[in-house]
Amino acid sequence: MIYREAGQFKTTYAADQAIFPIVQDRVFVALVALAAFVAVPFWASEYWLQAILIPFLIYALAALGLNLLTGYAGQLSLGTGGFMAVGAYAAFKITTAFPALNIFLVFLLSGLVAACVGLVFGIPSLRIKGFYLAVATLASQFFLIWLFNKVGWFVNYAPSGTITAPPRTVLGLMVTGPQSSAEARYLVALGFVVLFAFVAKNLVRGRVGRSWMAIRDRDIAAEIIGVRPLRTKLLAFGVSSFYCGIAGAELVFLYLGSAETLAFDINLSFLVLFMVIIGGLGSVLGSFLGAAFIVLVPIFLTNAPHALGVNMPVALQKQIELMVFGGLIVFFLIVEPHGLARLWHITKEKLRLWPFPH
Amino acid sequence: MNILNQIFLAPLKDIGGNPAFFVEVVIGGIFAGLMYSLVALGFVLIYKASGVFNFAQGVMVLFAALTLVGLMERGLPVPVALVATMGVMVLLAFAIERAVLRPLVNQPHIILFMATIGLNFFLEGLGEMAWGSNVKRLDVGIPDRSFIVKGVQINQLEMTAAITAAVLVTILAVFFQKTRIGRALRAVADDHEAALSIGIPLKTIWVVVWSVAGLVAMVAGIMWGAKSGVQFSLSLIALKALPVLILGGFESVPGAIVGGLIIGVGEKVGEVYWGPLVGGAIENWFAYVLALGFLLIRPQGLFGEKIIERV
Repeated sequence: MIYREAGQFKTTYAADQAIFPIVQDRVFVALVALAAFVAVPFWASEYWLQAILIPFLIYALAALGLNLLTGYAGQLSLGTGGFMAVGAYAAFKITTAFPALNIFLVFLLSGLVAACVGLVFGIPSLRIKGFYLAVATLASQFFLIWLFNKVGWFVNYAPSGTITAPPRTVLGLMVTGPQSSAEARYLVALGFVVLFAFVAKNLVRGRVGRSWMAIRDRDIAAEIIGVRPLRTKLLAFGVSSFYCGIAGAELVFLYLGSAETLAFDINLSFLVLFMVIIGGLGSVLGSFLGAAFIVLVPIFLTNAPHALGVNMPVALQKQIELMVFGGLIVFFLIVEPHGLARLWHITKEKLRLWPFPH
Repeated sequence: MNILNQIFLAPLKDIGGNPAFFVEVVIGGIFAGLMYSLVALGFVLIYKASGVFNFAQGVMVLFAALTLVGLMERGLPVPVALVATMGVMVLLAFAIERAVLRPLVNQPHIILFMATIGLNFFLEGLGEMAWGSNVKRLDVGIPDRSFIVKGVQINQLEMTAAITAAVLVTILAVFFQKTRIGRALRAVADDHEAALSIGIPLKTIWVVVWSVAGLVAMVAGIMWGAKSGVQFSLSLIALKALPVLILGGFESVPGAIVGGLIIGVGEKVGEVYWGPLVGGAIENWFAYVLALGFLLIRPQGLFGEKIIERV
């Protein structure tokens, strides 16, 4: 009853092709956006912004990037951490070399650098498929991390080997560096993720996304109907790495403040892949839901024993956390292999019919 | 010119100048490669029989080693502890089949792959909770001594590992080719549905294959554990086994062995002779790049089944 499209007639092609064709969706999204942009910075505490919302937004952007590659174009990749590292180190190099450059522009440029690297490491995908490709992308992960560790130029020859986010202002507001407020960093992360979610949504609805999906579903058939595998696959790698690169730059500049290569190790790649799969392969919304799940579950698990009044040694708690986390992943895959996005879909269907049973 | 010289000539001169050392490096590589092969074998077995890319194999190695050490610390003699550990691995196989594989039957491969990563976390937590997370020594009575043959140093432990690996591979090959259950395994690997339709019990097959993979993991765990102690980093050798897999092909037992040897030798030789050129520590990614190079020529790996694609 509440969520019903009856009576909403589309009279133009534009209206029919809109991203949110139903009024309720538009209202809902507008409300969420309003809440995220206005209400949250006012009311959320420092802890919520710093420990939950900022990493959530950054991971969502990375998950979005990987989802374009794995969910839409069907190329399984375990090199996400490497591409994020490229973004982070590129942003560091660019902003220290040109301090006057607007930091937003720096993020975009570092995304472009990551995209170029992604193109190079995407080349094997033309020959290799499936799990062979997944393992091959691990090569990029290990090689890139090793490179950043070994070559001092990337960290401006800092003896500690870490990159640190320098203070940068946009329109007089400090957005990176130790003095910047959590609110400002939150808004920057939010702005980027909203913008790029919008771009991704349009990308996958259009020609590019359709050719990606054609390649994913049956690459030879796609080739026969005239989709060029070379261009399509490389484009997917490029766009995906662009997203991951920006997410990596944000991870250091907006969240961690300073980082070593350890922050971008293989676990990060798996984490982002989890987000994509638990959220839902081939779904923009799923990337957000998956990121929320992966960010929230460990925090919840850490705090649950306290809330229940159970005291246990830290090591034991850590081990139980691991077990519950692993168990939850298996559980979710069994209950809903199509991810949280599918659950949301089912909920919407239920809402359409409510309160009638059929 | 100088760079070309450093890349192509100088390492070769080094090799020519001290052939005994080169042989030592190669032998070290072969042993390391066999260790990788042992881990890769577990992957191959499961992939062959169920099409599941079992990421948890590395943790199974750790888990088996932890269980063995834990039992021995409780005062059990070595043979009893070994049998008990085998029992635990078989039980684990039953549990995995029941709790993970059966509910996920007919799901896409990537979902099963993810499930094994979940399993990976779970086992890691479980193993450390049950047996503690500090580094342990594993001593099953294989002496860690070296002896010298014609100027080349050979380690007895590594020798034992190599022989064990060879025996294990032979047993597995016979098991797969000659026994009734081995044939059933191959049938399942070929086509789940066809195998089911001619009356092969899929569930039993899965339990068998996960048990065998568990036992292989145990052997790998003992070898690695005896060499470098039982600790968390043992589960990371799974990552080292991956390039072996893509090099040898996911479906091939001999591929796992040959792949392991190539990776092991290539890695050691590369590290010793070409590593210093780029600052060392290239072992982490060299194997992957090597495997990638092979893959560009043969996308199905050295021994993998030829990929025939139809629309």
